[in-house]
This record gives sequence, C-alpha cells and structure tokens, in this order.
Amino acid sequence: MITELFSTTVLIGILASGIRLATPYLYAAIGETFSQKSGVLNLGVEGQMLLGCFAAFYVTFTTGSLWLGLLAAIAVGALMGLAMAFVTVNLRAQQGISGIGFYLFGLGMSDLLFQRLMGTVETVQGFPKIYIPGLSEIPGIGEIFFNQNILVYGAYLLVPLAWFVLNKTTLGLKIRAVGENPDAADSLGVNVARVRYFTIILGGILSGVAGASLSIALLNVFQQNMTSGLGFIAVALVYFGAWHPVGVLGGALLFSMVNSLQLWVQVLGIPIPSDIAVMMPYVLTILVLVATVSRVRAPSALTKPFERDE
Amino acid sequence: MASGLFVMNKMLYETRIVKMEKKMKKLVWLLTLIVVLSLSLSACGGSTAAPEEAAAMEPFRVAVVMPSAINDLAFSQSMYDALLLIQEEMGGPEMFEIVYSENMFVVDDAAAAIRDYASQGYDLVIGHGSQYGSSLQEIAPDFPETSFAWGTTSETFGQPNIFAYSASSQQGGYVNGVLAATLSQSATIGVVGPIEVGDAKLYVDGFKAGVAATNPAVTVNVNYIGSFSDVALASEAATTHISAGADVLTGTAQMVVGAIGKAEEANALWFGTQSNQTSLAPSIVVANQVYHWEVALREMISMIQAGELGGKAFDATLANGGEVMEFNPDYALSDDAKALADSTIQGIIDGSITITLP
Amino acid sequence: MRSKLSTLFDALLPVIATLAALAVGTVMLLLLKVNPIEAYAALWDGAFGSANSFAETLVKATPLLLVALGICISFRGDVINIGGEGQMIVGAVLATWVGLTFTEAPGWLIIALALVAGFVGGGIWGGIPGVLKAYFNVNEILSTVMMNAIAVQLMNFLLRGPMIDPAQAELASKIPQTARLIDEFHLARLAPTRLHAGALIAVVLAVVVYILLWRTIWGYRIRAVGQNPHASRYAGIKVSRYMVLALLLSGAFAGLAGAVQVYGVNYRMITDGSASGFTGSAGFNGIVAALFGQLHPLWSIPASILFGALLVGANKMQRVVQVPSALITVLNGLVVVFVVSSEIWRHRRQRRRLAAAGEEEAQPKPDQPQVQKEAGQ
Repeated sequence: MITELFSTTVLIGILASGIRLATPYLYAAIGETFSQKSGVLNLGVEGQMLLGCFAAFYVTFTTGSLWLGLLAAIAVGALMGLAMAFVTVNLRAQQGISGIGFYLFGLGMSDLLFQRLMGTVETVQGFPKIYIPGLSEIPGIGEIFFNQNILVYGAYLLVPLAWFVLNKTTLGLKIRAVGENPDAADSLGVNVARVRYFTIILGGILSGVAGASLSIALLNVFQQNMTSGLGFIAVALVYFGAWHPVGVLGGALLFSMVNSLQLWVQVLGIPIPSDIAVMMPYVLTILVLVATVSRVRAPSALTKPFERDE
Repeated sequence: MASGLFVMNKMLYETRIVKMEKKMKKLVWLLTLIVVLSLSLSACGGSTAAPEEAAAMEPFRVAVVMPSAINDLAFSQSMYDALLLIQEEMGGPEMFEIVYSENMFVVDDAAAAIRDYASQGYDLVIGHGSQYGSSLQEIAPDFPETSFAWGTTSETFGQPNIFAYSASSQQGGYVNGVLAATLSQSATIGVVGPIEVGDAKLYVDGFKAGVAATNPAVTVNVNYIGSFSDVALASEAATTHISAGADVLTGTAQMVVGAIGKAEEANALWFGTQSNQTSLAPSIVVANQVYHWEVALREMISMIQAGELGGKAFDATLANGGEVMEFNPDYALSDDAKALADSTIQGIIDGSITITLP
Repeated sequence: MRSKLSTLFDALLPVIATLAALAVGTVMLLLLKVNPIEAYAALWDGAFGSANSFAETLVKATPLLLVALGICISFRGDVINIGGEGQMIVGAVLATWVGLTFTEAPGWLIIALALVAGFVGGGIWGGIPGVLKAYFNVNEILSTVMMNAIAVQLMNFLLRGPMIDPAQAELASKIPQTARLIDEFHLARLAPTRLHAGALIAVVLAVVVYILLWRTIWGYRIRAVGQNPHASRYAGIKVSRYMVLALLLSGAFAGLAGAVQVYGVNYRMITDGSASGFTGSAGFNGIVAALFGQLHPLWSIPASILFGALLVGANKMQRVVQVPSALITVLNGLVVVFVVSSEIWRHRRQRRRLAAAGEEEAQPKPDQPQVQKEAGQ
C-alpha cells in the first residue's frame, strides 16, 4: 500500500490538489504579508474571508454574474479592511485583539446574512476550468498546472506581482520603511497612516478574494463557518514564508500538499488512525521550519501602533 | 507590547491631541456609517419565528438544543423539520410551541440552555446531540416534572424522565451500499466522513457492509477529514476519491456539501444521508437516507401527555418509518436496481437481512 | 495626586465601550424585528438576574480568568500566545487521565494531582512553541495555531480510542467521551448552583501571578525581556530562557483552565470534533479578557466576569427572543472591537497626566494598573 503512494496517479493527484487547496491561502497570506510588512498584524483574516465568501456567493446566486460576485467580495473585503485600518491606525488599538474582534464579527455576520438572505445551502456554477490548448494536454503537467480556474491562476500570478511591488517599487519601499522604522519613514515625508491604510485595505480585499475563490470557484457553495480556520492558517503561513511572497507560496504549497497527501494515505487504506493522518500538515509545517532554522526577523514595528512625534 | 523605546517616546512627547480628536470624530462617523451600511444588507430578511403567547388551550411546549444550524441540510435540520411537521399536525404554534438554541456546539453552553429551558417549564426539552448526554444526566433529576430527550443514543441513564433516541443509520447505509456497489462501474467507491464516531461511523460501517454483501470485489475507500465544518477539505477528499478511481461517492455530516459539488463535476454518483441532499445536485444524487424523528417524537409526546415522562429508548429504523429511503425522481434508476433496493429495504425490515458491524 | 473620578473613568472604560457596542447592536435587533429592550433585559437577566445566573456568569468567567492570567504573563514577555485552545485541551486530557487511572486514591489528593497535571500538560503544549521560538526562530503565532489543530486531533484520537468511556465502547453510538469522574473527585460546589471551587482557585492564582510578575526576579526578567530584549541581554538576562518560561507558564495556566473545566463543570471530556466544543473558545476569549483587564492579573478578574457575563447573557437573550445565534457572535465581535478601540482615551488621559506631573513611572500598585500597562504594553 505504501508503494502505491508513489504511483503517478497519486503524485499527480497530490500536486493538482495541493495547487487548488493552496489558492485561498495564497490570496489571504499575500494580503497579510502586505499589512505585516507595514507593521500591522491582522488576525481578522478569517472573518474577512467569510464575509467575502458570502458576498461573492450571494451576488453570484442572485445576479448570475461571477464577476459581480467577485466584485462584491472585493468591496466587502475593502470595507472590512477600512474598518480594521481605522481601528488600528487611528485608534491605535491592540492589533491582535481587534483582529479577533473582526474575526468574530465576520463569522457571525456572514452566518446571519446567510440565514436571512438564503435560508438553506444552495449551489452556483462557479468559474469554469480554463482549457489552454496544447498546455492542458501535456500528460501530468497539464492536469496539474493547466486545468484550473481563473482564480487559481490569479493566486499564482499574485506571487511575482507582490514580490515586484514590495521589492522593486517606491510603494514597496515605503511599505517596508513604515514597517521597519515608522519614525524614520515619517521624518522622510512618508505618510505612515496612509501607507498602513493602503496595506490593510489591500489585505482585506485579498482576503475577500480568498473567500470568493472558495465560494464561487473551488467549492461553489456557501455554508456557515465554511473556512473552518483557514484564515488563521493563512496568517501562520506569512511567518512560515518570512514575509516573502515566494516563501509564503512555499508554505502554502507545502501545507496543502501534505494535506492532500494525508487524504491519499487514508484513501489507500494505509493503516494510520484518521486523526493522526489529519495532524500531518500541521506537524510537518512546524518540523520544516525547525529543520531550516531561519534567521529572518519580523518587521521591527510589527504590532506597534505609530504615533507621530512633534 | 510596545518596546521600551516606544513607551518612552509616548511619555516624552505630548501629541497633537486636539487635531487628532477632530479627525477622530469624522472617522467615528465613517465607521458608524460602514457598520450601518453593512447591517442594512440584512434588512431584507424576514422576521424570526418568535414564540407566540399561549392561546386559550394549553399548548405543548418543546425546547430543542442543537449543535449546528437548523438549516444545515444534515443532522440539526432533520430534527427541526420533524418538529415543524409535528407542529403542523397538532394545529400550529398555538398548540405546539417550539423554541430552539442552534449552534450550541459548546457543551457547557448547551448545558446552561437545557437547564434554563427546563426551569421555564417546557414539557419536553431535547438535547439533539450525543455530546449533551452527560449534561442531561446531571440536570434531569433536578426537574422531575420535565421530560428530557437526547440522541443519538440508547442510554436513558435509568432516569424516569429521560427519553433516548437513535437512528439505526447502518440500515440506510446498508441500502445505499447495496445500490452503490451495483451502480459502480469502476468497482471503487469513496466515502467522506467527519470523525470516526457516533452516527457517522455507524452509517459508514453499514454502507461498507452493504457493498461487501453485494460485491466483495468493490473497494470502499474511506476518508475521515477530522472536522464537521471544513467544506474545502471535504471537497478535496471527494476529488481524491475520484482521482483514485471512484465513480460513486457518499458522505455524512454537514461539511459534505463541498464533496457533492465535486461529485457532480466529475459526474460521479452521490448517496446522501441525514437529510435529502438532492437539491444540491439533482443530476447525480441517487438516494438519501432521511431521518424522520417525528415517528419517535409522536410517541414521546403521547407518552408525556399520558403522564409518562421518560425511561424509554427509541430507535429510528426502516421498519418503524423513522428512517426512510428517499429516491431522487430525476435520477433514472434502472428497474432492476430499484427492485434490488426495495427488496433490500424489505429484507432489513422483516429481518431476513442482518447487518454485521465490525 | 490624581482624582478618584479619573481612576473610576479608566476602570469603567471597558464597560462604557461594551454599552456602546450593544447600542450598535440595537440597530441589528431592530432589523431583525426584535424589541431591543426585551432583548437586553434578557441579557441582563441571564448574566445577573438571579443568584443562579450570576453563578453561571462566574462559572463562565473562571476558565477565562485562568487563561487570561497566562496571557498576562506571555504578553508582558512580548510573546503572543494564541494557543490557549490547544493548551486547555492537553491540560484537560492529562488531568482526566489522572482521575480515571487512580480511582482508589482520596479525592483531595486526586484533585490536587489533576490540577498539577493540567498545569503540566498546558505547560508542555505552551513550552514547545516557546522552545521553538527561542532556539529555532519559529514564530509563536505560527506554532501555536498549528499546535491548536494538533491538540484537537489528539483529543479526538484519544477520546474515540484509548480513553473512550468503556460503556460507550460497548454501544453502537460510540460517543467520543471519557468515563465520568467519580463524585469524590469533583471540585466542591460553593452554593446550590454550578459555581465550583475552581473560581476561588482562579482568584487566588490571580494574586499569585501578580506577585510573580512584580515581586519576583523571574517576573521582573520576563517583563524586562518583553520590554527590551536587547537591553535585557546586555544586562545579562538569558533572553531565550525567559521567552520559553513566559510561553510555558502561559500555556500552563490555560492547561489548568482545561483541568478545572473537567473537574468543576463537565466531570468528563467530550469532543464534538472541534476545539471550542470543549473549551467554549475560552482559549481565545481569555486573550480578550486579559486585554480588557489591561494585562494586569487583578484587573483581569472583573474583566473576565464582564466578558463571562456577556457570553452567558447573550445565550439567554438568544433563547428568550429567539434571535439567530450568529447575531450573538456579531455582538461579541463588536464588543471586542469597541473595547480595544476605547483604550486610546485612557492612554491619552494618562499621557496628559504624566506630562502634567512630569514624573517617572510610579511604583506599580494593584490599584494603579494603568501605569503598569504603559510599562508593559
């Protein structure tokens, strides 16, 4: 049975499903990377995702338009980000805690709206898989990489884009400066509050899209609390990736593929208790970090509110 | 958690409080606006089913505590639907009052709810989850006038005012298994479960027994995903089954809504349980095992009205109508298969088929 | 030096913020066509209306306070512990094992041993992220999130396998729960309610944690490392060691909370597959309670009671006016956001005072948590 784990079917299955599973993590974790780079820890990702999830689903369900649904998720994510930004930047609230507050708000509100507006579990036609002539036909590779829907591709395109913005643009420089030394950035004329507003709202938008990628692209249903802790894992993956988009990608893929591996372990009937199998991705994520002792340091001003000196 | 340096900064410098305060006021208004805006989204919903005041006749009053939402298309909904049905039979809310606490997954909160309902003099307080039994055992002796019920189990703790109810979900699982083995062409079937316990385990074990009895050559792959809520992982589990060659799937608990979608995409067949899941994928759902708790509830209510408050365990079976196989009329099940299903149901009812569980 | 009124205002700020959040909640209740007065009357009634409901509030507040005490330690040491859920579970598992294994021993001994076991179990589950952070540079938010998930699966595995109630192992229902602790092992009830001795233990420990943090060298070093690790290292403090200690103690108190829940409330462990089914999310809510209490062990007592009252009262409100439980979650979130946002007013007044007095940090006293908060935040 163990040897079956190394058959091509299984390997292709693990890779393809790892790539799908990683999609929501990527959107949410890249968004979180931006806000953490600017010095803001947002623990409310899960709540933003759930609201994005519902908004996308509901709008798609009522209008029939997937793009309007996506737009709704973006709008709701931006609103949640705006509220978070106000609370953390202007009111200088304890970030970890306000994040938990926003998580609870999103968890409850998405469920409440679902009960009021939908009443029961329904399905929609989500974004279709995109068939790329030639590429999609390559055996193995085609199934793994070129048989996915647009939001999956979007997530992977986001990685180099985020890297570019963070490292090669003035905006990225400002974000990093604000996260490392807001006082210095401020004295150089960078508007710290504005930069943080930008990153937190961007984080909200990407969390909203992460939610949409579940409800109108990958799963095409909405159910209360359907993210089931995914948003918290996304925050953890930012630390795994050491605030680098490519590192975040690595973490998301590792976690997702091990998760997919444990599903295969069970399917192939390898005699491991199911609960122990389910633990695998969590344990391995920690072990990998332990093995590759990294010395990357968090942005210095992370979780620290900025107050301008006279 | 600011650094000492930061604290010093704060102490050393006075900030521009006045200016900030003006800005703040604007922003407070903005926040309020956002909150109100997002709330107004919810305005279009209807009103809640608030308990009505007692009419001329004394109504029968039921309180139910449930672990998930009343509209979960699974375990909790099966009970809520049954209560609504009885309400209709008994003549509406004036005659049969229902109050509920949903999403009471915190055992401790559920205990508080059960105690509170009991102290308000409800005729019957139902703890619809096997995790509530321990609490009922504590609470019931304090309210000898109130009747309690819990499920799914057969344990009444020898208390005169506790009813127990369970479902022989292995029976419907067995029927589903027989049909699944007949319809599978790839001879591989996938099962998505939450945690290997209780009702879920019983259903899955029955399902496996049904498959084995019909065609031992068919492989049943089982995947317990370790959660009742992770829709994404349930969906990926279904995809894994399909990649492993399964062309028929089944699953239990509320997170399987994610798996049904994947089955539909791959055009694999689906067998449901706990509630009728046909509406989610009308083209591929073959049959559902549906719980009709009203069968047990009716008997409980008439016993309570006759002054007997508990001490009995009910089991929903195919024989007593507590479990019903509901076939999807839109799925073209062949006559042979339908006949096989019917004879299996009949065999379980008359006892000629016995299901041996591991 | 500063007016009593001002102290009162600071102390009442979380209450005022909570009321403001509930005021926003009024809009939602109206949208749901529920009479807000009736709803909030039910909330009050559920939390404080009778001796029994106040006892329920205290029962709810007990694990919150225990977790909050641990949070006071870890956050003052500048390590973020969001692993309270997992630590509660592991503590409870170990404590339950003690009570189910040594059934012949006297009750007082087993209760004492079980509480120690809970403390140790939580300590291990908190200590691992501590070691990972201090010696392997693994961020504690990451490791505690992962450790929560691992603890849940561990609990599910144990309760449906090795630790399952022998009675359930026989039945078809196979409910994943342990056997019930025998009556001698239950924590004493303090009144004809569910209020149990665990509440007293938590209050006593609040004083102990206060002494630990401000009257011992360990506590001084934990806080020093939290405020400025570089300066601490320069001053000869073994920073890594105190990071581990902060997380370990933090986890230990959460583990104790888990043990107290088993021995004082449930008398057995039951799982519904999720963490919150057992913990009631106290591992998370305890963080909020600690922050409400300005990371001060003694102020965490009223803060936990306030938050416990809100949770208990909200459940009552759900039952009385039959609003969806989701509304309660929303209100809960709003309260957290409002309370944490209201802090700015306290800070600002304090800064004004400090500027006026032109003083150095005052000697911390239990009735002056504001100053300590500033030092440790």
